[in-house]
Amino acid sequence: MLHAGHVPDAETGARAVPIHQTTSYVFHDTQHAAHLFELKQYGNIYSRISNPTTAAFEERVASLENGTGALAVASGMAAQLTTFITLLSPGDEIVASSHLYGGSVTQLTHTLKKLSLKVHFVDPTRLENWEQAITPRTRLLYGEIIGNPRGSILDVEPLAKLGNAHRIPLVVDATFATPYLCRPIDWGATIVVHSATKFIGGHGNSLGGVIVDSGKFDFSSFATLAAPSDAYHGLRFHDTFAHYAFLMKARVETVRDTGACISPMNSFLLIQGLETLSVRMERHVRNALLVAKFLDEHPKVAWVSYAGLPAHPDHTLAKKYLPLGPGAVFTFGLLAPTPADAREKGKQLIERLQLFSHLANVGDARSLVIHPASTTHQQLSDEELVRAEVSPEMVRLSVGLETSEDLLWDLDQALEGIP
Amino acid sequence: MTSACAIRLNSALTPEQKALFQSPDQIRNVLATARTIAIVGLSAEPQKASHFVASYLQDAGYRIVPVNPRGGVILGETVYGDLAKIPFAVDVVDVFRPSPEVDALAVAAIQIGAKVLWQQLRINNIPAATHAREAGLASIVDACIKMEHGRYSGGLHTVGMNTELVTARRPRFAGSAF
Repeated sequence: MLHAGHVPDAETGARAVPIHQTTSYVFHDTQHAAHLFELKQYGNIYSRISNPTTAAFEERVASLENGTGALAVASGMAAQLTTFITLLSPGDEIVASSHLYGGSVTQLTHTLKKLSLKVHFVDPTRLENWEQAITPRTRLLYGEIIGNPRGSILDVEPLAKLGNAHRIPLVVDATFATPYLCRPIDWGATIVVHSATKFIGGHGNSLGGVIVDSGKFDFSSFATLAAPSDAYHGLRFHDTFAHYAFLMKARVETVRDTGACISPMNSFLLIQGLETLSVRMERHVRNALLVAKFLDEHPKVAWVSYAGLPAHPDHTLAKKYLPLGPGAVFTFGLLAPTPADAREKGKQLIERLQLFSHLANVGDARSLVIHPASTTHQQLSDEELVRAEVSPEMVRLSVGLETSEDLLWDLDQALEGIP
Repeated sequence: MTSACAIRLNSALTPEQKALFQSPDQIRNVLATARTIAIVGLSAEPQKASHFVASYLQDAGYRIVPVNPRGGVILGETVYGDLAKIPFAVDVVDVFRPSPEVDALAVAAIQIGAKVLWQQLRINNIPAATHAREAGLASIVDACIKMEHGRYSGGLHTVGMNTELVTARRPRFAGSAF
């Protein structure tokens, strides 16, 4: 977290990763320029494609995830979309967990439809659901290691095996876990994506996403990587770049063409986050468990869905994949005679909280609260809300780094004031 | 840089084989001392992997010597039909041919006095590699000479790849890759 991906600068000896705030890079000569554009040389051309500050962030995340390399992009949504566009051709299909962030559901359902990509959503908790949804056109399996917002845990190991048996890569979003709590590649995942905006950055100040490839999947049957590329004079990425093919194509074709690049300043701030990731995550999960237990025992709380609690159906999976704790984002609902009352009380609780910031983000150093059904998952239909298990009364917390006594005091006083 | 982390990722070799045929110290020594690299199976087609590697090695300052039966000139260098026909000494024999062909290439590499037999990524003939090693050659298996050069020269890092190098040491001067 502190050293991988950055060797101190030979010229200046700068210890921190310098911010290379530049759009472009001077070539040595015309042949150097030509070879860079032909991908025959490694090197920087333009910061939409690569940047030295961003490279330090990328290699550090790749190292933490035990991947062969990484590509940083503008946001977590860009990380997903870049992965899909790079791997898939029109007519291909994705089987995806229904326990996803609402924005991901809309990206997969509506935006991918415009690219003639079809998505089958499945209840991720049963392996046979995934198996039944696989067709001859399925080219990708997708899920979140800790599902947003219900906190269900993806059983990565058997799912990766299922994918391998069908020669389909498993892509896992590990935003809520970070590589400190879980490394999906070690359980067989092919590609890991993150919204680095959340716990990796950790301070709620920078958007960013990152894609990590294990380098272990055989993409020779994927036309997008194995066939000659019209965008690169017939270059076959799989033949030429071997285990770097996916990341190279994602960088020099997809992000070059979509422009979904990250700014060097954001890469720098995300690197600052990585340097303290381990100590922050330890505090996040410790506080989350204390808050979850407090709510679970509170008489006004109907239910708490945190896989760190023994009663949660995925507690065993959480202990397997996330032994240090299943993150710091979870949901709960208040006790009320009807769903409408519960929803109303949830709103009152949010209004009364003094330390929890009411906003649409997670993974900040500060504790956060939101009502998913009317915000993050607002674009979902009623049916989609049921499938994502977003109930009308659900309140989502992202537990921050405050002193735990202060957080419990805040929740206690807010609950106290609700009739 | 003085760190020498083992290369763990993306190789079919066993840990014991990696210790013999992918030793970072040996690879860095080869890249630091070699000047002339014969590339067996170098294609004249600019978009083939072997062509990418040869072009890269030329840019990095090495002299490449194309070896393939078709003859002609590739990247400005005369193509030789086989290793024995090269009229000057070569340091490295870099192999882009299927694994079963490496047995004969190992014998030829020893005969011409090459110092290194390098089998490219996914080329994995351990008996041939062992033969070369026992004859005193440095012997590398299932690794790309371009990727390895990029690992230590910083090129791989620029495209976000995991070089598996972790060090807090300041390089003596810019470009001191090996």
